[in-house]
Amino acid sequence: MSAPLLEIRDVSTFYGAVEALKGVSLTVAPGEIVTLIGANGAGKSTLLMTICGDPRARAGRVIFDGQDITEQPTHRIVRGGIAQSPEGRRVFPRMSVHENLLMGAQSSGINPAPGLEQVFTLFPRLKEREAQRAGTLSGGEQQMLAIARALMAQPRLLLLDEPSLGLAPLVSRQIFQAIRRLNAETGLTVLLVEQNANQALRLAHRGYVLVTGRITLSGTGRELLARPEVRDAYLGGH
Amino acid sequence: MRPAGTRHLPFGAALRDAGLAALIAAGLFLPMVGLRTDVDPNGALYLRTRWTDVLLLMAIVFAGRFLMRLWQEWKAGRQGPSLGKRFAGPLSRSGRLAAPALLLFAVLLPAIPGIGRYELDLGILVLTYVMLGWGLNIVVGLAGLLDLGYVAFYAVGAYSYALLAQNFGLSFWVCLPLAGILAAFWGVLLGFPVLRLRGDYLAIVTLGFGEIIRLVLLNWVSLTGGPNGIAGIPRPTFFGLSFSLGGGPGTFAGFFGLEPSPTHRVVFLYYLILALALLTNWVTLRLRRQPLGRAWEAMREDEIACRSLGINITVTKLTAFALGAMFGGFAGAFFATRQAFISPESFTFIESAIILAIVVLGGLGSQLGVAIAALVLIGGFEVFRDLQEWRMLVFGGAMVLIMIWKPRGLVGSRTPSVALGERRTISAAMVAEGRG
Repeated sequence: MSAPLLEIRDVSTFYGAVEALKGVSLTVAPGEIVTLIGANGAGKSTLLMTICGDPRARAGRVIFDGQDITEQPTHRIVRGGIAQSPEGRRVFPRMSVHENLLMGAQSSGINPAPGLEQVFTLFPRLKEREAQRAGTLSGGEQQMLAIARALMAQPRLLLLDEPSLGLAPLVSRQIFQAIRRLNAETGLTVLLVEQNANQALRLAHRGYVLVTGRITLSGTGRELLARPEVRDAYLGGH
Repeated sequence: MRPAGTRHLPFGAALRDAGLAALIAAGLFLPMVGLRTDVDPNGALYLRTRWTDVLLLMAIVFAGRFLMRLWQEWKAGRQGPSLGKRFAGPLSRSGRLAAPALLLFAVLLPAIPGIGRYELDLGILVLTYVMLGWGLNIVVGLAGLLDLGYVAFYAVGAYSYALLAQNFGLSFWVCLPLAGILAAFWGVLLGFPVLRLRGDYLAIVTLGFGEIIRLVLLNWVSLTGGPNGIAGIPRPTFFGLSFSLGGGPGTFAGFFGLEPSPTHRVVFLYYLILALALLTNWVTLRLRRQPLGRAWEAMREDEIACRSLGINITVTKLTAFALGAMFGGFAGAFFATRQAFISPESFTFIESAIILAIVVLGGLGSQLGVAIAALVLIGGFEVFRDLQEWRMLVFGGAMVLIMIWKPRGLVGSRTPSVALGERRTISAAMVAEGRG
């Protein structure tokens, strides 16, 4: 295996006195889709936020592309090539789709034109809605916009926080297909946090299971899908 | 559902509702209006009752509430688009004409026959508030940071000019940028401690900040003169030509060979504040199309999303505070040179409240709306001056009406800063707030 693009080493994160992450370690190799599954409150979103330095890890290291980014300010980390599509989509509701996308390219200061072309190829629906207010989009379209907005920064690592949240199964399948296409065609590395373990593990090359701030299992997507613990806890038994 | 028009109006519900409103009014007005202490001819206090007045007020509230309910029901019963939507089209069309028309009117005002000194003074006052409204609009309307202490920057600008001009003899044109820079500096100074605050908490701290500035001005007697204020502030000059009435070669009238007249200075001040206000507007409109302005608006929409996109929130907030404060400072310097006298009394909380009311009534973020609101509010104060104490009642009523009819402000829509093909404004009412 080549050198990891992202390495998280024994990271602990606290909210006040509450330890949300208790020494989490994981790696993501270039070109991989890695998924992190777990129940509500397991610390999945906290891990993604910690990678971006908000909140900051109290112990452990976050290493991106050989560089220690644990102490870097958030905007520097994002400029360095990590983009996040936050939980709950969080598009800017009163700004147009076009303006939302421009916001994605803003902090890195790159020319938005090639990024716009790329995301419109990936999500033609957004092209149709370009002049529309983001708040008037459907949930699925808003999710596409949130991912597209993150892609505008031309990241090397894309962090996706629950892209299927609150979406109809058909729509979430479309989103997952788009992620797969993106990974296959551009080799973009993806770290995906999901509650929808079944779809996420099918999509991912590898996966980790997070339980109350600790990694309890890891393996390839197929391995994890076959594990009885995973089946019982996250796939509804049977 | 029965077809439109034939649906009978629910008189019973409206009557009950109106009755309830009248009871609430009775609760409020019985002690406030019904009882009054007066002095009898012997000099003793006695309690005068005014029950008829209370009954009259209750009747007004009852009728007003009743008619409002009926009107709302009637409107809801009609299947057509709501009033707001029917007006949205013509309004935005007339809006496109309204801005140039207002601008033309503002530029030509001093030349219109019959416009005298009083009208020009009123115009200057309105324009000062237009400028303050536009300045605060950067902070509140665009960046979404609720600032209840904006008058502090107005005060900093005014005192900066007054002190610099009096102590160092600097001219208005040198002091103007200095006043702006000093106000911007105080804006940043306020910005730092409130970086992490939002909404109500931010509002409270800014309110406190405004009061701190006023109290310092009031108590630092050796520098600011305390409650006596600063008098004899130098008046502005027209490129070195003063507006004194002597008519000598160093004066405006003398240089241009005109009959000396006090109107010259007023006209000059009018155009000066018009230019300053237009500068504020121009900078705001330019910035809205720049990444910085877009970041302000995005921050207003969703700060967490901005963080996740790597927007530097610190820089974004501080620039909004600094720029808003700078225009407040410019306006303050203008105020000082116009009045030639300033004291802390001009910079009380009510000023902040009026400026904020202008921004909110105008529709947060709308430049035209702010201008119209300033005209209506400040101009209205003047027009209704004869009504004296009734004035506040008229304005309270006007605000209630705006809350009923235009709850998102007079111009409650936003035009995208980047347009593809046609520009479409979308009413803010059609978009859910705060949720992605």
